[in-house]
Amino acid sequence: MNVTRGFTGRPRVPNAALPPGQYDAGDDWPVLSAEVTPELAPADWSFRIDGLVERPRSWSWEQAHELPESSYEGDIHCVTSWSKFGVRFGGVSLDAFLSVVRPHVSATHVVAYSHTGYTANLPLADVTGGRAWIAWEYDGRPLAPEHGGPARLLVPHLYFWKSAKWIAGLRILDHDEPGFWEGNGYHARGNPWEEQRYSGD
Amino acid sequence: MTELAVVGVPFAPPTRFAVPGRIAVGEQDAAVWRTATLTAIRRETADVVTVRLAVPGWAGHLPGQHLMLRLTAGDGYAAQRHYSIASAPDASEHIELTVDHVEGGEVSGWFHTVAAPGDTVEVRGPVSGFFAWPGDRPALLVGGGSGVVPLMSMVRHHRARRLDVPLRLLVSARGPEELIYAREYGAETTPVFTRSAPDGVAVGRMAAAHVAPLLAEQPAGGWEAYVCGSNGFAEHASRLLVAAGQPVHRIRIERFG
Repeated sequence: MNVTRGFTGRPRVPNAALPPGQYDAGDDWPVLSAEVTPELAPADWSFRIDGLVERPRSWSWEQAHELPESSYEGDIHCVTSWSKFGVRFGGVSLDAFLSVVRPHVSATHVVAYSHTGYTANLPLADVTGGRAWIAWEYDGRPLAPEHGGPARLLVPHLYFWKSAKWIAGLRILDHDEPGFWEGNGYHARGNPWEEQRYSGD
Repeated sequence: MTELAVVGVPFAPPTRFAVPGRIAVGEQDAAVWRTATLTAIRRETADVVTVRLAVPGWAGHLPGQHLMLRLTAGDGYAAQRHYSIASAPDASEHIELTVDHVEGGEVSGWFHTVAAPGDTVEVRGPVSGFFAWPGDRPALLVGGGSGVVPLMSMVRHHRARRLDVPLRLLVSARGPEELIYAREYGAETTPVFTRSAPDGVAVGRMAAAHVAPLLAEQPAGGWEAYVCGSNGFAEHASRLLVAAGQPVHRIRIERFG
C-alpha cells in the first residue's frame, strides 16, 4: 500500500452498494458524452435489431411504446468513479424486443449503436434476462437529450458507457467487436464490481 | 431470413461521429499504477495550481490525453480521479497536472492544502486516445475554465515541436485573474471573459462572433475541433461550432465529471 502523506479522504460511510473505487455522486448526474448532443425528436427516433436474428426489424417511437412497460430502480456506476443511487428509469425491457427478432443460437455478442454513431459492445448475456432496457423516462419525466433522450440503452450492472445514449440499434454477432471506448483503451466488459475500467484490468 | 455478418469486416453504424480515437492506446501502460513524486508546485490562479511529477517509467503521452490519479489514506481508503495532462510530451519522465480546487473535493483539496515537493501519489495511464492530438491536423481548441488544461498540452506541443499545422485556441474565463496560463498565450489564443475584462476588452459569454472568424479561415482539410469544459460550457460551445458550420463528426468533446 502506497500511503499518501496527509491524505485522509472523505468521511467513511460504509456502503455495500458502492463498487470498489467509486464514490456517491449524490444528486449530481455528470454528462460525459464525447460527441455533440444531437437534436433528435421522438418522431425521428427509431430502433433496429439485426445481424444474427431470425426476423430483423425496426421500431418507430410509437411501435416501441406498444411493447409492455418495464422500469428499473436502482444504481448506476460511471467509469470515471461516480455512482448514483436510487435512480428510476422507465421504458421497455430489451427482452421484449429480442423475443420478436429471435437471436440465432450462434449469437454471443451485440454492438449497440447510437444515432450519433457511438458504439458499445456487450455480451448478449448481459442484455438479456431482465438486465437491460430501452429507457425513455427518468424519474417519471422524458429523458433529457444530454442524458440520451429521447431513448437510451440502459445496462445498469455494467459501467455506464455501455448504456449507449440516443440508441439506434443493436447488431447481433457471433463474436466480440470493440465499440467506441473499448477501442480507446477501455475494458471489453466493464463490470464495476470487478473494477474492469481499462483494457488489462 | 437470418442476416449473416460478413467475416472480417467490423460492424460500422450507419452514422459516425469523430470516428475512432486518434491513436492506439497502449494496454500495458494503462494497466500499471506507477508511483509519482511531486517535484514542484506552482500557483496559476487563486484556485488553481500546477503540480510537476516525476514518474519513472512513464511511457509518454500525446497532448489531450488524461491519466488516473490515486491517493491512499492510512486505513487503506483510496480516492481516484481523472486528470488531464497539462505538459507537452517529452522524454523527461516528468509530467504536469493542473488542478482546480473543487469545493469539498477530497483529492483536489489535498493538492491545494497538503501537497508539498517530495510527496508521492500514484498514477496510471495515459488513458483514452479519443481526445488526443498528435499534431497532424489543423486544431481548433475551445476551452472553458480548467477545460483549457488538455488544450494547453496541445499548444505547448505545437510550440515545442515548431509545428506548421494551424492551431487556434479560444479560452473562456470569468476574468483575467482567473485565466489559467495567462502569461503563456500568444497570437494563437483569443481569451473570452465572461464577468470582468481588462480595459477595452468586451465582457460576455462566448458567442458566434468569436467562432465565426476562426471558421472563416478554413485551413486545408478543415479544422479538427477539441472542446473541453463543464457540460454546460461544452454544450454551448459545441452548438456554436455546429451553427458556424463545423462538421459534427469533427468535434471531439471532453466534459468534466
